[in-house]
Amino acid sequence: MKISKRFIFATLFIFVLFEMTVLAAPVEIHWWHAMRSARGKVADTMIKAFNDSQSEYKVIGAFKGNYDETLNAGIAAFRAKKQPHILQVFEVGTQTMMLSGAIYPVHQLMKDTNNNVNWDNYLQAVLSYYMDADGNLASMPFNSSTPVMYYNVDLFKKAGMGRLSKDTPVTWDEMGKITGKLVESGVEGGLVTAWQSWTQIENYSAIHNQLFASKANGYEGLGTELVINNPLVLNHIKRLKSWMKNKRFFYGGQKYQGPKAEFIAQNAGIYIDSISGIAKLKKAVKDFTWDVAPLPVEKFMKEPQNSIIGGASLWVFKKHKKKEYKGVAAFLRFLATNEMQEYWHKETGYFPITLNAYKSLSNKGYYKANPLQEVGIKQLNRRIPTTISRGLRLGYFVQIRNIINEELEQVWNDSKSAEQALEDAVYRSNVKLRAFENTYN
Amino acid sequence: MLLFETIPMIKRAYFRSKYLPYILILPQILITLTFFYWPALQGLVHALFRSDPFGQNSKFIWFENFAALFRDPLYLKSVGITFLFSICTAVLAISCGLFLATMANRALKGKSAIRTMLIWPYAVAPAISGILWLFLLHPSFGIVAIFIKKTLGINWNPILNGSDAMIMVVLASAWKEISYNFVFFIAGMQSIPKSLTEAAAIDGASPMRRFFSITLPLLSPTLFFLTVMNIIYSFFETFGVIHTVTQGGPGGSTNILVYKVYQDGFVGLDLGSSSAQSVVLMTLIIIITVLQFKYVEKKVQYTG
Amino acid sequence: MVEKTPILDFFTYFFLLAGIIIVGFPIIYAILASTLTLEEVSQVPMPLIFGDQFFVNISAAWSRGDLGTQLMNSFIMATGITIGKIVVSMFGAFSMVYFDYRFRVVAFVSVFCTLMLPVEVRILPTYEMAANVFGPLQPVWDFLQLDSLLSWITQNDVEVLLNWNLLDSYTGLILPLIASATCTFLFRQFFLTIPEELCEAAKIDGASPMVFFRKVLFPLSKTNIAALVVIEFVYGWNQYLWPLLITTDPKMKTAVIGLQNLIPQADDIPEWNVALAAALIVMLPPILVVLFMQRWFVKGLIDSEK
Repeated sequence: MKISKRFIFATLFIFVLFEMTVLAAPVEIHWWHAMRSARGKVADTMIKAFNDSQSEYKVIGAFKGNYDETLNAGIAAFRAKKQPHILQVFEVGTQTMMLSGAIYPVHQLMKDTNNNVNWDNYLQAVLSYYMDADGNLASMPFNSSTPVMYYNVDLFKKAGMGRLSKDTPVTWDEMGKITGKLVESGVEGGLVTAWQSWTQIENYSAIHNQLFASKANGYEGLGTELVINNPLVLNHIKRLKSWMKNKRFFYGGQKYQGPKAEFIAQNAGIYIDSISGIAKLKKAVKDFTWDVAPLPVEKFMKEPQNSIIGGASLWVFKKHKKKEYKGVAAFLRFLATNEMQEYWHKETGYFPITLNAYKSLSNKGYYKANPLQEVGIKQLNRRIPTTISRGLRLGYFVQIRNIINEELEQVWNDSKSAEQALEDAVYRSNVKLRAFENTYN
Repeated sequence: MLLFETIPMIKRAYFRSKYLPYILILPQILITLTFFYWPALQGLVHALFRSDPFGQNSKFIWFENFAALFRDPLYLKSVGITFLFSICTAVLAISCGLFLATMANRALKGKSAIRTMLIWPYAVAPAISGILWLFLLHPSFGIVAIFIKKTLGINWNPILNGSDAMIMVVLASAWKEISYNFVFFIAGMQSIPKSLTEAAAIDGASPMRRFFSITLPLLSPTLFFLTVMNIIYSFFETFGVIHTVTQGGPGGSTNILVYKVYQDGFVGLDLGSSSAQSVVLMTLIIIITVLQFKYVEKKVQYTG
Repeated sequence: MVEKTPILDFFTYFFLLAGIIIVGFPIIYAILASTLTLEEVSQVPMPLIFGDQFFVNISAAWSRGDLGTQLMNSFIMATGITIGKIVVSMFGAFSMVYFDYRFRVVAFVSVFCTLMLPVEVRILPTYEMAANVFGPLQPVWDFLQLDSLLSWITQNDVEVLLNWNLLDSYTGLILPLIASATCTFLFRQFFLTIPEELCEAAKIDGASPMVFFRKVLFPLSKTNIAALVVIEFVYGWNQYLWPLLITTDPKMKTAVIGLQNLIPQADDIPEWNVALAAALIVMLPPILVVLFMQRWFVKGLIDSEK
């Protein structure tokens, strides 16, 4: 068969063109996250900004559901050898991810791709949650929050109280009086709290430099045990329970119409929750003035420690190609630039993770105009984290939080004494911790 | 459902063909093997291991997972909760279904319309049923909740109080099953020969007497069948209700076994414990079903 | 009734009416709520009059919850399960009833066992199975050194990874749920009641089994099939736990699962009006199927009990 020269050239030409387009196509990087609706849009904007800023790499974001679902999707994908490059995992999954044998630690990634990152530029309180025992960063913090106290200024005024300081925390004794005055002035209830394990036990312990679990909260070994049945925490829970009698404190539940709804409906004058509540309250509260204050501390704690973070971080999976990892590193660095950090912070309320971004926003007068946002950051930064207050590193942490929740609920509904509940919480959690330990030994 | 006796049964007239029967049954067998037996086997195997979520470390630990379950007071509590929930749901759904069917059977007019209006909850997903009832019973804004609190003066709070939460999920689960039971009872009643009831009436038996001496005993196959189905329903299909409404709370008071399997496996990422729980759950339901067939079915009267 | 019992009759209708109202109350209330605005539905107690926001809420639910995609997914899943189950089990029942072969009883018993153990009991391993259907074959493949064989044949380094991933796919939603024997039993019981003469006549006529199936069994089974269509469609549409696990991609979520995203959580604005409007839409298809095919459905439920 005679093949004309033209035909050969045509095919060669198309072939070369095809090869060129294939070679020139940007490297795809997959990021699975749990940021839904509004936050998802912000994440998409940042992804687009990265993709537009260069042509070598293309990040593709995929919303995979809530944190549990996203983690499960990641695990299933890894087992099926189809894992993404980056996975967003909530803070309680840190230990699971660290020991998984499936991840590429971020500090190593940066080193291997010749990215010299000055980790001192980052907010230590945020980094320390995701560091290994040697102080090396395992995952990149992404959305970090911390709990603060919201209060209803109008109801305070009616009860004869002014605004609270944004820098100096009130004491828990004063809280007893404040909530008492609120109830006396006709408010249905005083204080409600969200995420009770995180705010009332984990953060409470950190702020007072009290161990939550042995072995430096689990950082120093898998043989850790819970120690929340200590006198300090016990006293706090008992105090809250005693306040329930006259509704100075009441339990608003965990899911539907929980504590936030009670605050918005002005059934509670004070409400403790993550700073991510700022944006939501701004949208939902139309008919009263509210403000933010740092979490209360005990009188004896003259120099309270930092609060600890919640939220999620970005983990990098193993078993991808080297040039793809270059893109991952580039993307992570992009996310840490001032521009992106400022945008993320402004839109979502989550902290900027670099000191540079924080300072830059400060200089731009952002915090003068939005003092609410700074309360959390200041609370997080007020002291260098000790080995006790830098965070928690526990296996089966999701279940442990559930256990603590269940036990606390039984205190609130009079099924158990606070002593018994904390003992049981410790016992049950330790069973889980031992099982976890045995898995990795 | 005299299945056991009829297992070997085959038509008198049948086809002889070398390969066709195998081909015909192949899809079913393949799917059953792949998605039922193999996973069931794997579940049994997983239950004997302690694994990390990523499948990198698996340690064979014999029956340690099972032992841990039976040592855990909360697991035993969950077993108790499941039985309580199951019995309450079944009793409520069967009695209401029976009652409505009796009424509907007596009604001379509009039988078809009545059936239409009572049958449609069957089509509602348990999860949606949970949402509807949550909306009615939520202590902060549910209209029935407010009625209970204000008019009846009862302190109703399923968010905090375990028994209230249990009542709420039982209602949401039973509501759906009432229409399923209703249909079966009505059909069962209609298959009772009128001659029997009429003869009894002529002998002077009151409607109540007729019900208890004739109708109910003759309904016993239906009753038996429905008991089995209702129990299986409440053990498993009510997952949607719990997940939507209470997530096992408050304080673990609505943490039925199937929900716990999900919680520990998918949220807690403890593969070994979750698989062991699945095995226990499987065993439980097999025992319950076999017991029912053995002892209760004997008492069941089939017409004739 | 033999005697005249006007009092009892009155109570009969009274209780029936009460029953209908109680059974229908949750949905009536939901319909009410879906017609109100946010302020009205947030009022405590909610006003008991119909508003006019029904379509507003429905369209809000539709766009916010991406209901279109989810309803489509539910529809594909329910239809797939319905057709799959009916086809597979009809052939299976035919095989078990009309043929005598060695493994018949084994097949029967093994299929029977699936009745008692719904998917909820075996979620984890079924999930793992779906993540890689060929997983169990990999060790066999490796053991038989087939990689080396292939490498030798093709003179290239070949590594075969057997992988068929059903996560986030329609196949994954449908296939594992077909592994239950309810339909097979219904058909089996029904086939057993078909007169022997029909089969004998077919054989005398020299008809092949499949022709018999097509021309005799199938037409006779139409009522049963109709009933099963209803039962399986409702079953497939209302599936909760399995779709929850096997799909994480929001584009693959089914309507019943997706509905959860609209239910106001602790953090959200309590837009129950929109959430309940969505619930009504999601409830509708199976209800319509049940109502329209009521007669066959009832007959099918009853026959399955025998």
